[in-house]
Amino acid sequence: MSVPAAWYLVLGAVLFGIGAFGLLTRRSALIMFMCIELMLNAVTLTFVTFSRTLGDIGGQATVFFVMVVAAAEVTVGLGIVVAVFRRRSSTSVDELSEMKG
Amino acid sequence: MAHVATLIVLWPLAGFLVVVVNGKWLSERAVGAVATGVVAASFVTSVIAFVLLLSDAHREVTVQLFSWITAGTLQVPAALLVDPLSITMCLFVTGISALIHLYSMGYMKGERDYTKFFLYMNLFVFSMLLLVLANNLVLTFVGWEGVGVCSYWLVSYYFDRDSAASAGKKAFIYNRVGDVGLLIAMFLLFSRLHTLTYLSVFHRAGTLSPTVATLVVLALLLGATGKSAQIPLFNWLPDAMEGPTPVSALIHAATMVTAGVYLLVRMAPVLALSSSGRATIAVVGALTAFVAATIATSQRDIKKVLAFSTVSQIGYMVLAVGAGAYSAAIFLMISHAFFKALLFLGSGSVIHALNGEQDMRKMGGLAKYLPLTFPTFLVGWLTISGIPPFAGFWSKGEVLTNVYLFSKPLWVLGVATAMLTGYYMSRLFVLTFRGTERFRADTHGHDPHESPWVMTAPLVVLAALSVAGGVLDLPWVHRASLAGFLDPTFGFIPNHGHASTLAQVALAGVDVVVAVAGVVAALAIWRSRVTSDRYERPFLERVWRWDDAYDAAIGRPLTAASQFGDDVIEPRVIDGAVAAIAVGVRRSAEGVRKIQSGFLRHYALGIALGLAVIVVYLLARAG
Repeated sequence: MSVPAAWYLVLGAVLFGIGAFGLLTRRSALIMFMCIELMLNAVTLTFVTFSRTLGDIGGQATVFFVMVVAAAEVTVGLGIVVAVFRRRSSTSVDELSEMKG
Repeated sequence: MAHVATLIVLWPLAGFLVVVVNGKWLSERAVGAVATGVVAASFVTSVIAFVLLLSDAHREVTVQLFSWITAGTLQVPAALLVDPLSITMCLFVTGISALIHLYSMGYMKGERDYTKFFLYMNLFVFSMLLLVLANNLVLTFVGWEGVGVCSYWLVSYYFDRDSAASAGKKAFIYNRVGDVGLLIAMFLLFSRLHTLTYLSVFHRAGTLSPTVATLVVLALLLGATGKSAQIPLFNWLPDAMEGPTPVSALIHAATMVTAGVYLLVRMAPVLALSSSGRATIAVVGALTAFVAATIATSQRDIKKVLAFSTVSQIGYMVLAVGAGAYSAAIFLMISHAFFKALLFLGSGSVIHALNGEQDMRKMGGLAKYLPLTFPTFLVGWLTISGIPPFAGFWSKGEVLTNVYLFSKPLWVLGVATAMLTGYYMSRLFVLTFRGTERFRADTHGHDPHESPWVMTAPLVVLAALSVAGGVLDLPWVHRASLAGFLDPTFGFIPNHGHASTLAQVALAGVDVVVAVAGVVAALAIWRSRVTSDRYERPFLERVWRWDDAYDAAIGRPLTAASQFGDDVIEPRVIDGAVAAIAVGVRRSAEGVRKIQSGFLRHYALGIALGLAVIVVYLLARAG
């Protein structure tokens, strides 16, 4: 007895929604990173689901790429966050508005 | 024959190249000798070519040099056509040129750009010979433009004088208007006949429709009016007198200005197809002859009188072409080259003697100071006036006889012009050589001096030619005359029939009577006065207000339009458009930059909304 594919998709959608909501509402750079990770993983979950349902290995292969890119992105992103925190003792993105037009 | 014909053209070019390369270190004498020598050599070569042509059965030789332009059906060879017409032109062009080159060695002595002068002169002779000898319209056009640009350089020779610089520009621009006509004629001919080689054009000319033939003839006429200074493009020629006097004699009297007539004569088989086109040519010629003659009666500058006289005489030639009397036109062209070169060189000798004075009011009584210039000028005066037995009587008589057969009203105009010619030339003669001496201020009290031999020798030769030139084409000789020689070129063109001997004698009598009447009238009026409000009308002195009319019709509207552009279009339209673009970009940028708030969440929201829009769109399309 296996879990129906729709459940996985619903779980993915919920996770993606939570991530998106958090990204839009929180102002800590660190939390926003975590929300992005959440959204990425929601997407990889749907990839894997469809891969299994359709019998196509491509979806699962893509997931590896997503994980690699996400790892790289987190490394760079956390580096930036640490650098910003050292300069101004805060990770609030609302204070980082020097580049506004 | 091939080498001889090529040499005719190459001599002046060689002279030009030698002087171009060595001009810096050659002495004035050497430059003059080289330039004169090559033209003389060209004359000798022309004589040889003439003799060879006489022994040729067809009287027509095409010399292929190389193929010049090959593009589709357009085949333009660099080839020379040696036939009676072109060789006649070569003979008198090179002969007169050689004499004028010799004269220039004396006249231009000590001028600042002596070398440059002879460079241009040699280049001019080369271009003129190319124009004459070319076997197709394109190569003729090269020569046509070549003589035009040399004319421009030589008119503007004293370019530090404003009047000379603008006279050169005027000559160039008027010629350019005429050139358009020649180009249009070429385009029309090529589009219909697919060839621009003279002999092929003549061969196929019969297939032209009458309308196209008339258009071609009118376009050729426009080209001729530019180059030969006919109405409506005649008024550059008097201004061209700003050039040195030998240039006026060579280019603006004897040779270049007859190029338009030559072109019309050369295209005679095409002209024969359009009687309305020919009638237009005749009317233009007659009007020009008359108008220019009236203007010449009221000019005070000796060279201006001669310039308008040239315009008038070329008008006669064009009239003869229109009347279908091609060999008469060529005959007048040759005798005109003799006597007009003589008159110009004589006037140059006078100007030389008076340290550059050209105003006839400041001359007078020069006869006894210029023992060679005076008698030769006397010959020139009688010749152009049409007094027998000088060349002018015969050539002008032949033209007028043919015109009489062609159209009586034009003949009346021609005879009136003949009377005016006698009048204004006598006025010039009396004011210059007779009467009281009015030149002492210019010569600082000294007696004027006769010119050196290099200047007087050409005068003597030209005077002899003016006296004897009539024998080229006496009316009662045909076979051994110029007309007989030119028969292979024009023989196939039907003539109007011949005047009876009695009519010819009567017409000649009329010519003599009107000429003498003009001369006597002038002698009576000008023997005792220097200026006269009654006989020198301002309207005539101002060239029938022709320049003013062009100024009012073209010059001022264009100036006003340019001023309008400067005042309104430039600041409002063009600057306005540029400024509007700049302001528009700045305004819109100020609006757009508000989007970039600097808040990361706004961007994220933007992405989310964009994503939502895309998803909704995809769903809507799928559904």
